[in-house]
Amino acid sequence: MNKSILLSVFFHISIIFVTALSLPHMLKKPIDLPPIISVELIQISDITNIPYAPKAKQILEKIKKEEKKDRIVSQQAPPKMVKKEKPDSIPLPEDAKKEKKKIQTKKQNPKKIETEVKQVSEFEKKELFDPDQIAALIDKSKIEKAETTRKSDKVTQSQEKNSLTSALTLSEEDALKAQIFGCWSIPLGLPYNENLLVRIKLKLKQDGTVIKSEILDHIRMNTPGQGFYKVLAESALRAIRLCQPLRVPTTGYDRWKDLQLNFDANEMLKG
Amino acid sequence: MKKKLFLFTLIIIFFAKNSFALIEIDITRGNLNPLPIAVSPLHIDSKSSEVFNEMDIGSEISKVVEINLLRSGLFNPLEKDSFVQSPDIAHVKPRFEDWKLIKAQALITGKIKITSEKIRIEFRLWDVLAAKEIMALAFTTVPSNWRRIAHIISDKVYKRLTGEDGYFDSRIIYVSEEGPKTQRIKKLAIMDQDGANTKYLTLGNELVLTPRFSPTNQMVTYLSYFKNLPRVYLLDIETGVQEIVGDFPGMTFAPRFSPDGKKIIMSFAKNGNSDIFTMNLETREVEKITEHPSIDTSPSYSPDGKYITFNSDRSGVQQIYVMRNDGSDVKRITFGNGIYGTPVWSPRGDLIAFTKMYRGAFYIGVMRTDGSGERLLTENYYQEAPSWSPNGRVLIFYRETKSGSQGEGFSATLWSIDLTGYNERLIETITDASDPSWSSLLTK
Repeated sequence: MNKSILLSVFFHISIIFVTALSLPHMLKKPIDLPPIISVELIQISDITNIPYAPKAKQILEKIKKEEKKDRIVSQQAPPKMVKKEKPDSIPLPEDAKKEKKKIQTKKQNPKKIETEVKQVSEFEKKELFDPDQIAALIDKSKIEKAETTRKSDKVTQSQEKNSLTSALTLSEEDALKAQIFGCWSIPLGLPYNENLLVRIKLKLKQDGTVIKSEILDHIRMNTPGQGFYKVLAESALRAIRLCQPLRVPTTGYDRWKDLQLNFDANEMLKG
Repeated sequence: MKKKLFLFTLIIIFFAKNSFALIEIDITRGNLNPLPIAVSPLHIDSKSSEVFNEMDIGSEISKVVEINLLRSGLFNPLEKDSFVQSPDIAHVKPRFEDWKLIKAQALITGKIKITSEKIRIEFRLWDVLAAKEIMALAFTTVPSNWRRIAHIISDKVYKRLTGEDGYFDSRIIYVSEEGPKTQRIKKLAIMDQDGANTKYLTLGNELVLTPRFSPTNQMVTYLSYFKNLPRVYLLDIETGVQEIVGDFPGMTFAPRFSPDGKKIIMSFAKNGNSDIFTMNLETREVEKITEHPSIDTSPSYSPDGKYITFNSDRSGVQQIYVMRNDGSDVKRITFGNGIYGTPVWSPRGDLIAFTKMYRGAFYIGVMRTDGSGERLLTENYYQEAPSWSPNGRVLIFYRETKSGSQGEGFSATLWSIDLTGYNERLIETITDASDPSWSSLLTK
């Protein structure tokens, strides 16, 4: 009799003990652990390579021309600092996935990345616009299809050129630009409705000093009615001399020993 | 053959791998800081300096050039104390490293020589960073004309470095005012654009208002009260001859020349109505341009002479209008709050300057010729009558302020402001001054 009572007490205590331990745990939702993503840290300068986008430039110029037709602008309007829109400022949801893919590819063949990593300007994106892609972003089932379409459209002629022409990385180009912006005193009396583009070809030493500078459209210097061009070209040359030595990358001299700077005063003077 | 082709292909592949396309970088921004410039005193030999009674004419000329360039807001003349090289050597062969050291980007040097009572002033403009001469000119004149040469040098330098014409070799005509407000003596006065060389053109017996320069020669048109009747007059500055413009049976006012200087456009008021008229100065032919039962006044031609801007209260409030030169196609161009008046077309043709009164304050502003892009450059208690510099970059106007510390009395002063709206400067005059008008360049 006593034995059975003891057994019953023992089993009851065991049940209460097990219940006390397991019930609160059962009430809690299990922690939703995200899938583990392996991340590799890399130098941005190893893969960034700003593509020169002539197609986007053409579209920009076209828009500018249209704007010029429409408005009468002040010749002496104070120049305004125009904030440049950075392309690709809004990442698309699929970017994350692409990024992951890129890194994986780099592991296998780092050289491929230079051709793979492309920055497509907003204008080129517009050209690649496909309603299917938007639908695909909403409907996950279409992701595969959208990716394929994008890939097939990806290598445009202009981009192919970009990969060859632009050999400075984002940070390298920005550093050089920032340096020259500070040195270039734009002559304020220039007629902004004229073409105010001066192209200067430079031959550089390894330390960034200029060996030779050549104005590419030097014929305009002595063209009647283009007297302002001489003033503009001289101001650009002054900027280069003032900035010497230029902030060039420490490596890859062969890439940048010949450099072309396109000084365009229109944007600043139009305001 | 196949072998050769294979070798050729290999060579091409090899070279293609090692050649890089030219990197292009677009520079679309720059700085708008004033250009640092060194104006070295002009060198004069001891023999020539005797003519100027020990006055250091070389330093005086460089000072005038320096002030002109500084006031333009586009140049930053460097302190002379920091100059290492002496003026005579700098004029022959500057040591560019020394000038670079003091951050000069341009350098002006010069030499003065007196020969047979004439002064010969030579100047050179150097690009310090390029280490080369970019301009060299010489002028010969009578010694008393040295200030004028300084202004011409300033214009040449300004044009060479900014790409637009200067405005330093020009004059300003204005109304000189003296005495209390109830018994104000108003005389026509003329001076250089920097406030020097003031001369009075009338004696002050009659009240004079709104003098305006001819854009082509040294003629002035203005309003004068003769026997209490306001009439438009024409004055030749060189000869001093003056005459009444037209024989109108009433009051004529707000005169201004046409761009070719052959016509005068003005308002004629009769029975409470004022309209705009033109008079051909050669044929004396009078033409009525507007016909409206409202007050049409302050006409100003566009530089091509095809359009006229004026202000009118035909809409109820005084606003600015633009029409063709025959009075057709009248269009209202201002629709903002406030009262708009005294429109003046820029010599470049792209802007119209105006005075605006809004909530008790007076503004000088500019807008495009279709009325868009209105920009108010300066605000004050009372200011009006803008007039353009010959290059269309600077405006001169007058401002009335309380003169005493207790707010008693008032004074009228001339001010200039450039199109940025930041470079506002007082133009010093001997007496109080109002109604300024800027001449065209004396040397073109």
